[in-house]
Amino acid sequence: MAELIFDIQELNYVVGDHQILHSMTTQIEKGANLTIEGPSGSGKSTFLRLLATLLTPTSGTILFEGRNQLEYPKIKYRQQVSYCFQQPTLFGETVRDNLKFPFEIRNAAFDEQKVLTSLESVELSADMIDQQITKLSGGEKQRVALVRNLLFTPKVLLLDEISAGLDADTKGVVHRLIQSYRASGVTVISVTHDETEIAAADDLIEIRNGQLGVPSHE
Amino acid sequence: MNNNLIVSPTALAFAVVLVVIALAINLKEKIGLERDMIIGVVRAIIQLTIVGYVLTYIIKFNRVWLTALMVAIIIFNAAQNAKGRADGIPHAFLISLLAIATSTLVTIALLIFAGAVKFVPSQIVPVSGMIASNAMVAIGLSYRSMNTSFHDQRQGVLERLALGATLKQSSAHIVQMAVRTGMAPTIDSAKTVGIVSLPGMMSGLIFAGVDPTKAIMYQIMVTFMLLAATSIGSVIACYLAYPRFYNADMQLR
Repeated sequence: MAELIFDIQELNYVVGDHQILHSMTTQIEKGANLTIEGPSGSGKSTFLRLLATLLTPTSGTILFEGRNQLEYPKIKYRQQVSYCFQQPTLFGETVRDNLKFPFEIRNAAFDEQKVLTSLESVELSADMIDQQITKLSGGEKQRVALVRNLLFTPKVLLLDEISAGLDADTKGVVHRLIQSYRASGVTVISVTHDETEIAAADDLIEIRNGQLGVPSHE
Repeated sequence: MNNNLIVSPTALAFAVVLVVIALAINLKEKIGLERDMIIGVVRAIIQLTIVGYVLTYIIKFNRVWLTALMVAIIIFNAAQNAKGRADGIPHAFLISLLAIATSTLVTIALLIFAGAVKFVPSQIVPVSGMIASNAMVAIGLSYRSMNTSFHDQRQGVLERLALGATLKQSSAHIVQMAVRTGMAPTIDSAKTVGIVSLPGMMSGLIFAGVDPTKAIMYQIMVTFMLLAATSIGSVIACYLAYPRFYNADMQLR
């Protein structure tokens, strides 16, 4: 068996008297391409946010590379397990402000060439870097946000319905980019409702009513 | 000094007509502030009467400990009031107390060091009151701005955290906005002083017969001291308050 990146045991998440996730137990291998489907409100995003430490489990454990995720320094962990939002918010005023942020939080010098190459990889032109964020389309915003997450390659990429609402061309660009990171060994865990993505999934699981299940159409 | 200040109890009683006008407008327009207005007027009369007698005693008695006690009471009350604007920010009273005490004491210490005021109750108590009340208003505005921004910009903060930013990096834009909001009235007032308003201290001195050219010197000092006090107060309060919006797991509450 390949090395595990996540070993999830008896994961529960409760808010007030509402149990969102029920005793979830699963393992995810390093380099996996896992797709999670399920109805809206079933707990898929909560599961991703727990993996990202944006939420803390009510009970149960998430081992990341064999060690409880809560034992890692949060900042270091989140820079390795990168969560991409469905409708990202861009910061500041320009695209540059957003792409400087990953450098700033790592106390690294801004590498403009690296940023321009990354923009090209999602088919955004170099002069886009000084574009006002208010002038970007939804698809452009999502691609800038994705570049922001990927400027420093993470070990895990958590994608929360990032292709929802994108046109076919932009979806293609996003898929190709993610595929290239997968090829370089990044573990990708994505939540989706997109039939094409579900059909193309290497590993597919379903979350229904906060519980792991076997997808009905398999 | 030519002292022309005579406000007799009869004159004050006539001035109540002004309150009646405000109340009448309130009732006619159904604004609903009449109860607060009456409470405000009654409290102002009682509080100012008490403080008038207390100040007379403190100035006459002229003891360092008594002056210090009065300053401490002013700071305590200001902190209590600022806490009321915090809308649930944990430890808001302690944060406000520290911010107001630091801004008031640092500013007064500098003024004493510069020889602008002397450590006598007739100067220290009113100056402390001015500084603490301005710091209190600035901190209250900063709290309100922080609460609004953390609510409205929740997604942006969440994304910064998800990218692996520290709490400070995730909140910097909100803290900056809160400090700006807190200081805005003092800065606006500094910009318009003399052309729109003749502020309290300067007006008081002119009322009391002081040459306006000398009164402005005091007003310039007051403007400087309030700029210092509101910036020190807002910065301390904001930097101590923003971590309260997160839990121990570096997640938004």
